Amino acid sequence: MTTNEDYPLKKVCIICAKGSIEDVYASLIMANGAVMEGIETKVFFTFFGLDAITKKQMKKLHTGTIGNPAMRMPGGLPFPTILGMLPGVEAGVSAMMKKQMADLDIPPVDEFLEMITAGGGEIYACKLAAEMFKLKKKDFSDEVSDIITVGDFYAMCNGQGTQIIFT
Amino acid sequence: MAQKTIANVTVSINEEGYLENMSEWTKELGSELAKEEGIDITDKHFEVIDFIRNKVEKGETLTIRAVGKSGIVNIKEFYQLFPGAPLKKATKISGVPKPTSCI
Repeated sequence: MTTNEDYPLKKVCIICAKGSIEDVYASLIMANGAVMEGIETKVFFTFFGLDAITKKQMKKLHTGTIGNPAMRMPGGLPFPTILGMLPGVEAGVSAMMKKQMADLDIPPVDEFLEMITAGGGEIYACKLAAEMFKLKKKDFSDEVSDIITVGDFYAMCNGQGTQIIFT
Repeated sequence: MAQKTIANVTVSINEEGYLENMSEWTKELGSELAKEEGIDITDKHFEVIDFIRNKVEKGETLTIRAVGKSGIVNIKEFYQLFPGAPLKKATKISGVPKPTSCI
């Protein structure tokens, strides 16, 4: 039996498994956007996504300049992959991305995490990935609530009107 | 466009309850709009409202981050003053258009 009842989104559980600028920001913007709308928000960082919440790495995120067909030169011409291999190009492109985001008032990663938790959102690190990369609670941003298992995370994703988003 | 009488004045509002014309806003109107959102308005609320109205008048983009850097409230306090969806609630009470920012 189907019903047409409309359930508003009440909770989002966002998983960030990659550590490039665009992957991390996709998760952070979706998470902060949910918090701003009054939607309960949990973000789970795993594998290379852990870079975004690791104190040592969070300010040094890069965007990959190789193997990304959507990459363009300023002006719109295709970005030759061979150019992306040159030393310093990835750093330059990453700095440019960060500058463009800053111009739109998009905060750096550490401040973004603070914004999310200030609004009641929760940030978690994946236990298995943390063990794999030999990271402890002290290595993570203070905004990280806890290091949890996949099972713990799923247990938080209960309730009607909850969606899991894998970015 | 709908008409609504709040605090003894008739104003135009859109379908989401935002004022069509920000110049029709008064402090009394703000207090009434706050009540509808379940908020007991305080001086602190009005300080934030002033900041928001100024920013919108200048045509600047309104973000939560900008309010957090206003020196009036930090982001946590902003969420406490306007619980739930602070930017949407605060703009509605301030009589300005609904913000189009994603951050």
